[in-house]
Order: sequence, then C-alpha cells, then structure tokens
Amino acid sequence: MLLKRLTEAMGPSGFEDEIRGVLRAEVEGHVDRVYTDVLGTLICEKGIDRPGPRVMLDAHMDEVGLMIVHAEDNGLLRFRPLGGVDPRVLVSKPVRIGPEKRFGVIGAKPIHLQKPEERRKPLPLESLYIDIGARDKDDALAAVRLGDVAVFATRYEEIGEGCAKAKSFDDRAGCAVLTEVLRRDYELPLYGVFTVQEEIGLRGAIAAAYRLQPDIAIAIEGTVCFDVVDAPGHGQGTVLGRGPAFTLQDGRTLADRRFLEFMIHVAEKHGIPYQFRRVKGGSNDFGAIHRSRAGVTGGSISIPVRYIHAPAQVMSLEDYRNTVRLVQAVLTELQEGGFRG
Amino acid sequence: MTHRETLRELMELHGGPGFEEAVAARVKDAFARYTDDIRTDAMGNVIARVPGDGPAPRPRILLSAHMDEIALVVTEIADGGFLRVWQAGGFDPRTLVGQEVVVHGRQPLLGVVGSKPPHLTTPEERKQAAPLEDLFIDLAMPEERVRALVTVGDRVTLRREAMDLLNGRIAGKALDDRASIAVILECLEVLRGLRHTADVLAVASVQEEVGVRGATTAGYALEPDIAIAVDVTFADMPGQAPDESFKMGKGPAIAFGPNIHPKVFRGLRDAAERHRVPYQLELTQGPTGTDARAFQIARAGIASGLVGVAIRYMHCSVETAAYDDIAECGRLLAHYIAGVTAEEVARLTCY
Repeated sequence: MLLKRLTEAMGPSGFEDEIRGVLRAEVEGHVDRVYTDVLGTLICEKGIDRPGPRVMLDAHMDEVGLMIVHAEDNGLLRFRPLGGVDPRVLVSKPVRIGPEKRFGVIGAKPIHLQKPEERRKPLPLESLYIDIGARDKDDALAAVRLGDVAVFATRYEEIGEGCAKAKSFDDRAGCAVLTEVLRRDYELPLYGVFTVQEEIGLRGAIAAAYRLQPDIAIAIEGTVCFDVVDAPGHGQGTVLGRGPAFTLQDGRTLADRRFLEFMIHVAEKHGIPYQFRRVKGGSNDFGAIHRSRAGVTGGSISIPVRYIHAPAQVMSLEDYRNTVRLVQAVLTELQEGGFRG
Repeated sequence: MTHRETLRELMELHGGPGFEEAVAARVKDAFARYTDDIRTDAMGNVIARVPGDGPAPRPRILLSAHMDEIALVVTEIADGGFLRVWQAGGFDPRTLVGQEVVVHGRQPLLGVVGSKPPHLTTPEERKQAAPLEDLFIDLAMPEERVRALVTVGDRVTLRREAMDLLNGRIAGKALDDRASIAVILECLEVLRGLRHTADVLAVASVQEEVGVRGATTAGYALEPDIAIAVDVTFADMPGQAPDESFKMGKGPAIAFGPNIHPKVFRGLRDAAERHRVPYQLELTQGPTGTDARAFQIARAGIASGLVGVAIRYMHCSVETAAYDDIAECGRLLAHYIAGVTAEEVARLTCY
C-alpha cells in the first residue's frame, strides 16, 4: 500500500533520509535516472530527450517534526518544532525518535493537579517534554542524541467512508500522486522532483527549479481543509471529497491565469471534479519555482487534507485518485500541445 | 502469556464507566489461572475468590482494581455529521485535540478529534485552549451515514496502542487503572507459592471514574475484613508538589491517612520492609479518589488500605508506568496477605 509506506516513513525537514530511500525504491525501474542534488532533493528523469515542453512535477517529501534539543536531569527530553507545529496538538501523543524510531510520549500534568485557570490556557512548548522512559539524563542520552528528530507515531488506516487517516498527508499524498504518475509513460521530457525542506521555507524547490529550468512546473500538495462544524465558509480552504483544488492566490503565488484555465479545461474535458483553494494564506513549492531564474509557468494541484500538520490527518481517497487522474490528464494534454502558453 | 502481555491487551481494550464488559471478559480469563470461583455482580464487578488454607472462618481480604477508563459520551450529531461530546470521566480537553478515538455506535467507529490547522489560526486563538464544548469528533463519513450508525448517548474512548519504552516502562491509555489489574495478577502469582490463611477476593471494579460506584456495592456485598484498593498515583513531573511526585521505578506507593486503617498501613509497610520491597509513602489528608473511599464506609465500616504504582500523565492517552513497580506492588500485596492472621483481624476494631 503506497500511501501507507509513504506516510509512515520518517522525514522531517532536513532529515528526509528514510522517506527518500522509500521513494527511491518506489520509482526505480519506472524512470530513466534517479539522483539527488546537494540539498538531498530526489530528482527522477523520464524521457528527457523527448520533444515537447520540459515539465517539472514537484511534491515535497519532508514533513513537520520535532528536534530533541536538551535532556533534563530527570531524563525527560526538551524539543523544538521543525516546521509549523501548534504545540496544542502535541499533548498526549506518541512520537518516534531517531533512526531507531524509538517510542517517546508527550504527556501533560494530570488534570487532578491543575488549577481551574491553568486548564483554560494551552500548554506552552516550554512545559512539554518527550518521555522515552529514561531514568535520568545519562540514561536518556545513551538512547537518544541531541539533534535527533521525531515525528508523530500515527499509523495509516482507512477511516469512515472512503477516507484515510495518517500523519504527513502533507505532502506524502503529493509524493504518492507523483509516484503513481511516474509509473506511466508520457511523450514529453518529465522531471519528477521530491523536494526537501518545504516546511521551513520551500528550500529544496528553490535549488531544484534553478537546476532543472523547466518550461512548465506543477506542485502537487496536500492542502488546508477545514470544512467542519461551525467553520465559516471563508475559513474552510477546501472541501473534502470535492476533488483536487486549484490555487487562485496564496501567500506566495498569484495563479498564472492561462495555465489555470488550461488545467480547468483539462479537468472538465476528462470529467474530473475540481474546486478552488479558498484561503489566501499558506503556500507551496510553486511559490518558489515560479520565481526561479527568469520565471516558470505552471501552477499547483492540491489535495484537501483535514487537520494538516496535526498527528492524525484525514484525506478522501477519491480526491486522491482524482488528483492522480488530473495530473496524468494534464500531462497527456501537454504532450498533445494543449497548452500554448 | 505473561501478565505484562495481559496488561498490554487490557490497555488496548475499550471500557469506560458503565460499559466495562470487554475488559471484564479479558479479566475473567486472566483470573481463571488462579481460581474457578469467578462471578460478575449486578453492577458488572468481576469477583474472583482464591481460598486460603485452614479451617473457616478465615480472614477475608478484598483487593480491588478498577476496570473502567475515562470516556466521553455523544451529546449531539451536528451539521456535517460531526459529533459533540461531554465527559464520562475527567478529561482535560487540552489532551483531546488531534486525538484518535473510537465511537461505540452500532459498530466501533474510528474518529479523530478535530484541530484547526496553524495556517488558519490567529495568534490570539493560539493563546486559548478550546473547552470541551468546542471540540468535535470527525468520523470521515457523510452525515446520513453518521446518523444511521451513531446515536446521542453512545460512548467514546481513546484509541492508543500500548508502547514499550526504555527500562521496561510501558505507555498507553487506561494504565489508570488496568496497571492495578496487573498488580493483582502478579500478587496472585506470588501467592501461589506462599501459604496464606486468608481468603482473597480479587475484584475488578466498575465505574470508579464517575464516583467509586462499583466499589460501593462490592464492599457491601462481600463485606471483607480488610479491603485494599490498588490504584495509580502521580509520578514526578516538573512543577508538581513534592508530596504528589512519586518516583517511577522506586517501588509502589503505600498510602497513609484518615482513609487508611492504621493497622493495615503498618501491615503493608512491615511486609515491604521484611521482604525488601522498595516502597514510597503517599500521604493523604481525606477520603482518597480511589475505591478505598467507598470501602471504608461500606456497611459498618471496613478496614481499608491503598497501594499503587506511580504513573505519569494520568488521564492522557500516553500514561506511563514502570512494570517493575507493578511486579513489586504485587509481591508486596502477596506477602502482606500471607502474613494476615485471624487474631490480627480480630484486633482491627481495638483502638
């Protein structure tokens, strides 16, 4: 199960070793060449000598995580986030730490010992620790090194009706789409790029886009979805189950209208549902790619993910499948010369 | 199967106050290794009797560990099929955000407690903790399907696999108080190798988390000479008071205070010292939040004791205990029981 393998692999920003290995194994045999750049981004080449526009498909393989920064005398570990993590989602969760993927837990002071006013305030990062069961500082540092990273311990599982929950659908869902897309052949030069360090500022995409100089680029991204009870319409971002989402405007990008209209046309022609991402904030790798060198045409295709950046994220498997279909259809139409720029 | 393995299974089972059946079934299996005399009372308490040696009347000692875990109850199916809930046990709502849960509807349903993504959260919002009323459970299915499978009043429990940490420590949900069921099992194991005149009544009690209700009826029905509650206490964490901060791995806590019969306390302490069981002293100043609260005033009063292991993060989904403490607590109880004589029991009312 591709989504399970990808979402359960570890890879916080800057520490993408495990997920990179998993992805490399998934694409090998389906692409002509796989290599890594100096930042660690995994680049897959497919038919790059073919005629047609040079297309870069991007999905970031890093995820939000935590870094162990200190061990207390009592053996509890202090940590800081890698990427945007709201400390409120960390309480009462297990994590897996370091290359051994050792279990640790983040607990809280028991409710019995709290004053009523304490319960109304979120627990700040300074009062949270990872507990690996160590007796004291030396015991802790014999098992975990400072600088080791940790990720949520969530398992991939199907849930409800046609949905799945996992950690890191942002952006392993995009990585899975890209992996499936790379398993088919297209009549154009294609670069499948699994970037690093998106969560701390689109770092991998900046270098990769510079190196590859694509004519067209598309970022495939798990995006904000908060279509829940009492959420105002303007705050929902996307709606689960309504199909892949196109960005009109986000924190770093104004959509290229011609390419957006081309993608809408492709979706309609192929009978694939789509929606628009209705929040101004947030961004994805396309925000970096479109400003690379003298500029790159393209856009992003996003998969709605509820509770993004939290331990248990929820995605519609139908949205996922429609995103695979849409990216494949866009490539097919590009190779037919459907986008004239 | 070791009792540690049994504990891991018990932790992963679901059973909040008033719906402990699944846990009870597993507990009965575990008790069956030690006796055939096992029954369930009207409230759902599981009661196993292990007879002592010698002629009747023998001293009767009750050990209890509660089977129920804290739970939630569905109060509303809101628009979109999201569930609103209220307490059936004491959750800190801040520990529920982003949590995986099981909704016990027509069938068990996996759910996620929603959380707003940081991308949509204002700095002011981040300074506030959502009250339970504002949290919701997402079952990832359309509202019609939710309405077909869930009704108001359905119960919700945490979902968490048990985890092994360093030094034999174990983490997960419901160590409060299934760790103490493991204590009783370890006690019965040690007791097999000891001569004891007392009859042991091992009780896995119900509805402790909503007010020691199972213990109330079990104390009345069984009317033991001595009743010892086995329940978890607080392990040390930064910012906690020193008398509410027990060390993990340093042995069970033996409680002392008005809720505890002084001779039962001394008996437990002496047994620990005689048999080199490391222990810690837990000082209490009123009725404890444990089954001992009910036992002490059942019928005309029962001589009560309280022992237990210290756990971290009580009432979270990642409660953590040291298994050595559990085994040592079982050993302590076994040696205490083996030392209780009819003469001592007769003197419990002599002050």
